[in-house]
Amino acid sequence: MPLRIHKMKINRTVPFSVQTPLTEEIIASLRAGDMVLLSGDLYTARDAAHRRMVEAVQKGLPPPVDLKTAAIFYAAPSPTPPGKIIGSIGPTTSYRMDAFTPFLMEQGLRVMIGKGNRSPEVAAAIQKYGGVYFGAIGGIAALTARCVIRMETVAYGDLGPEAIRSLTVVDLPLVVANDAQGNDLYKTEQNKWRISL
Amino acid sequence: MMRRIRAKKITQAVRKLFIEANTALSPDVVSALKGGLKKEESPIGRQVLTKILENARIARRTEMPICQDTGLAVLFVEVGQEVHITDGDLREAVREGVRQAYADGYLRKSVCDPLTRGNTGDNTPAVIHLDIVPGDRLKIIAMPKGGGSENMSAAKMLIPAAGIEGIQQFVLDTVETAGANPCPPIIVGVGIGGSLEQACLLAKKALLRPVGSKNKTDRRLAQMEKELLGKINALGTGPAGLGGRVTALAVCAEMMPCHIASLPVAVNIQCHVARHKEITL
Repeated sequence: MPLRIHKMKINRTVPFSVQTPLTEEIIASLRAGDMVLLSGDLYTARDAAHRRMVEAVQKGLPPPVDLKTAAIFYAAPSPTPPGKIIGSIGPTTSYRMDAFTPFLMEQGLRVMIGKGNRSPEVAAAIQKYGGVYFGAIGGIAALTARCVIRMETVAYGDLGPEAIRSLTVVDLPLVVANDAQGNDLYKTEQNKWRISL
Repeated sequence: MMRRIRAKKITQAVRKLFIEANTALSPDVVSALKGGLKKEESPIGRQVLTKILENARIARRTEMPICQDTGLAVLFVEVGQEVHITDGDLREAVREGVRQAYADGYLRKSVCDPLTRGNTGDNTPAVIHLDIVPGDRLKIIAMPKGGGSENMSAAKMLIPAAGIEGIQQFVLDTVETAGANPCPPIIVGVGIGGSLEQACLLAKKALLRPVGSKNKTDRRLAQMEKELLGKINALGTGPAGLGGRVTALAVCAEMMPCHIASLPVAVNIQCHVARHKEITL
C-alpha cells in the first residue's frame, strides 16, 4: 500500500519531512526504518521529570505539558553559551523511561524520541495506543543542536539540566524505531547484521 | 629537595583539561572512527559514522561539547613523592578545577544525590583516583565519563575454572545486553584479577590506552583483545545500535594477579565519544 502523507506519495528510501503535532494518520503510516526530518515543537523530559509528571497525574493534578499533543524528547542539553539558542543536545537512553511510558501513553502521549531499545511493555503500549518511538543518534550533540531554533524552560526548573523545556526544531533527523504495527527496528537491523560464529 | 607546585596551578590545569576533553575528540579516536567507516557495510551504519565524524569537527571548531552528557568528572592523579603542594589542598584544588571547567565551559552538570536525585549544581564531587609515584612530577588525567555507557558496564566474580573462555563469555554477554544503549561503536575496557574494586579500576584504566593499541605486556591478553573484538563485531549491533559490522572500535584488557579462590572480571564500556586528556606538571 503506498504511503501518503499530506496527500503526497512518499519515497521511503530517502528521509521525508514530518511536522509536530503528528496526526493519528501520520503516526499510523510510519514504519520502522523510515527516516524522517522532524520539524515543530517538542518537549524535553528525562528521568526526574518523568517521575514528577507521573506523580502529578496520579495525584489528580494536570501534567505540565499537554500529553495528547506532545512529542517528548528524552534529552537534557548542556548549558547555553552566550549568543546561542541552546548548548549541545542529544538523546539519552530510553529504557530508563520505560517504567513510566505505558502510564503516560494511557494519558495520551503518542510520540517519543530517544535512543536504544524499549521494553516489551512499551512496544506493546505503542502498538495498543497507536504511538511512535523515534531513534536519534547519540553523541552527535553539537550537530543536533543546529536543528534547534527556540528553547524555553516550561516546568521543573529546579531540576537544572533535567527541567522540561519546550523546543522548536527544524529537520531533526530521526529514524522510526518502534511503530504502531509492532515493528522494532533495533531488533530487526541488529539481527540482519549478526554473524553466527 | 621537594619540587613545589601551587594548588592554583592544579586547578587551572584541571579546568583546561575538562573543557578541552569535552570539545576536542582526540586523534586516535577520530582515526579509529574513520577506520570504522571503511569497514562498515550497513548503509545506516555508514551514515551514523559519517555524522559522528562531522559532529566531532563541528564541536572542535565551535568549542561546543561533542556530547551533551559532559560526564561525571573522573580523574587519575599521579603525585610524585618529591612533589610538595603549596597554598592549598590537592583534592580541593582538583574539585575547584572541575567546578570552573563545568561553569566556564558551559558543560552540563550531571551529578546528583543518588536518592533525592537533587543536582549538586557544579558537577562535583569528582571521582579522584590518587596515586603516589616516584619522581617530582604531577600527572593529571581527566576523563569525563558519560552515564549511558557507564550504566552498561558490569563486574562479576567468576570461579577460577571459568578461565579465559568464561572471561570472554562475560565480556560478550555484557556487550550484547548493552545493545544500542551505550552509543556504539564502543570501546570495551576489561579488567581481570585483583580484588573486586581493582578489577573495575583496571577496566577503567584500560580505556585510557590509545584506541587501536594492543596490550604490550601480555601476549595472551593481546590475543584475547583481538578475538573479542571479532566476536563483538559479529553481534550485528552496529553504529548507534541500528545494525552493522562496527559495534566496537577496540577492546583493551589489563590484568593483575588475584586470590586463589577468585577470578574477578570487570567490563567498563566507553561510548564513541571517548574523552580523556592529560597533562604533566
